[in-house]
Amino acid sequence: MKPSRLPMLVTWSVILFFYVPIVILVANSFNSSRFGGSWESASLKWYIRLMNEPSIWHALTNTLIIAGVATLASMVLGTSAAFALHRFAGTRLQKVHYSVIYTPLVLPEILMGLSMLLFFVQLKVQLGLATIAIAHVTFCLSYVAMTVLARLQDFDFAIIEAAQDLGAGWWTTLWRVLIPMLAPGILAGGLLAFTLSIDDFVISFFVAGPGSTTLPIKIYSMIKYGAPPLINALSTILLVITFSCVIASQYMSNRDRRTA
Amino acid sequence: MSEFLQFEDVSKHYGDVKAVDHVSLTVKQGEFFSLLGPSGCGKTTLLRILAGFEQPDTGRVLLGGEDVTDLPPYERKVNTIFQSYALFPHLSVWDNIAFGLKVAKRPRQEIQTEVAKMLTLIQMEDQAWKKPDQISGGQKQRVAIARALVNKPRVLLLDEPLAALDLKLRQRMLIELDLIHDEVGITFLYVTHDQGEAMSLSDRLAVMKLGRIEQLGTPEEIYEAPRTSFVAAFIGDTNFFNGTVAEPLEKHSVLEGFLSVAVDKDYSRLHIEDFPDLECYNDKQIKEGEQIFLSIRPEKLRISRERPKPAPHLNAIEGVVEDVIYLGSQTKYWVRAGDYRISVIRQHSRFLLDENPIRWREKVWISWHADDGFMLEKYSAQDENLIQLPPEEVGETSPDPNHAAPAQPVLR
Repeated sequence: MKPSRLPMLVTWSVILFFYVPIVILVANSFNSSRFGGSWESASLKWYIRLMNEPSIWHALTNTLIIAGVATLASMVLGTSAAFALHRFAGTRLQKVHYSVIYTPLVLPEILMGLSMLLFFVQLKVQLGLATIAIAHVTFCLSYVAMTVLARLQDFDFAIIEAAQDLGAGWWTTLWRVLIPMLAPGILAGGLLAFTLSIDDFVISFFVAGPGSTTLPIKIYSMIKYGAPPLINALSTILLVITFSCVIASQYMSNRDRRTA
Repeated sequence: MSEFLQFEDVSKHYGDVKAVDHVSLTVKQGEFFSLLGPSGCGKTTLLRILAGFEQPDTGRVLLGGEDVTDLPPYERKVNTIFQSYALFPHLSVWDNIAFGLKVAKRPRQEIQTEVAKMLTLIQMEDQAWKKPDQISGGQKQRVAIARALVNKPRVLLLDEPLAALDLKLRQRMLIELDLIHDEVGITFLYVTHDQGEAMSLSDRLAVMKLGRIEQLGTPEEIYEAPRTSFVAAFIGDTNFFNGTVAEPLEKHSVLEGFLSVAVDKDYSRLHIEDFPDLECYNDKQIKEGEQIFLSIRPEKLRISRERPKPAPHLNAIEGVVEDVIYLGSQTKYWVRAGDYRISVIRQHSRFLLDENPIRWREKVWISWHADDGFMLEKYSAQDENLIQLPPEEVGETSPDPNHAAPAQPVLR
């Protein structure tokens, strides 16, 4: 009996379903026609137009500032959380801690966005870049913690004792042994956090204030005023950044697995 | 300075378990000292207390007369070799060895010469830039030793350093460790559950059980004169006979023409079922009626077809050979006598083929001098569990017949 072709068929339909819209979007971003319907000629004019749009530059700067701050903060907090989760594995409080860290990964974004907005309003915090960054840290942290926790599973804690035994205090042990050894995990988690922060729309939309427009929010508002070719170009750029981050992150955790 | 390293009344418990129970111990400078015992006897805890990884509940630790009990690990002049080696995987061999010196901020020139010296000592000059995962188990072990020794510690602590190696390599590293100890002259504190390692390496050793020191002495003292039945069974092979102490022997002597009868307290008769007429040296003045184990090492027994000629203080019992294990330099016999299965070792100091060796199922006599037996307090069921090593450790005991797994006495 010939092997069934059904699995192959399903696989290809899924891939097409996911990626055809993206391919069309990318292709259209190089289309000189104003309307996506017909292909005129290949050009970079939308990209050039994009460069000359100050509001887009502003949004991009905001996005990068938020992503940078959120990533750094979540790398520090996430790594510390992972350590606590590993060290106290099996205790009651650890299970609670684990749930607290894990929940943001499964919680609906709209719920997180809304609750955070209410929280900030209650505290009378001025909405802006800072509130978005804080909001982003809340979920980015979980991704870093999970990545680092995976790395800690096969970590020999005698190495920390060895460092101390050889005269290294806590600080030296941290910088010379712990961070270098966990760097691949921390960086992979950080890149994931960076990607998520750049992409995030729902939560950012809730906690953004005047003047703190991020790139995804900007794209959304541009759609409302109808500028499809520009959006195509912008989305393509965003896509390239995101993809390269994800690939780099996977490369790092893979390379690390192999040498470990 | 003979009292170089001292533990004074050190205790440590985890929950309800007393890991170390009021231990006092003195190690001399330059000595190779071993802590030996079954797993859970507290030997590793004692080592970790000295390294500074654990705080004792009571007592103090003195190093060169200075109280180091409250110092953190990084301020103690001791270095540890871990069972897993715990090399830094992200650093090369060279950087691993240099770690301690770099942390101590020593001049670059000094670091380079010291690390080079160590690489020569462990014969790994050409592997300096390899990472730990590119070298073999034995090499990792040597790097771990070099990484510790380069700091010139006052005491080198070794926590089961050979347990992760295979048999051949372990025997080679045993010799290397001995050579290194001779060369550097640093005090070694060696923790192991393998009595073969401890016996062959140590100047002195302490046998531990349930957080206490059972006996402390040179390997010869501990093997030849075990103080408890636990030590007798844990170190080497032994035969146990279950009995009670009977009356002291009469000493006959001729004094100025009269025959005087005096009581000789040095020897006691024993009541052991099946063998009514045994006697044993009683230097501990164990009282009549006490329940004891009579312990005799297999190589102290003589085996013969004929009944040995009676002599003062000579014990002889009759049995049947149940098993013969020829080992080249020696033969091990298992002899059934009454309810006991007795292990006897015969060294072959003469050409064996000229003899008519004793064979399976032959009737034989086993004899020994009363001085060679030991009366020891009875061994509890708990002791028996401790001596039977947990399964994962059985494979690690030495196959050397002299240091093989302890004999299992057949008790009533």
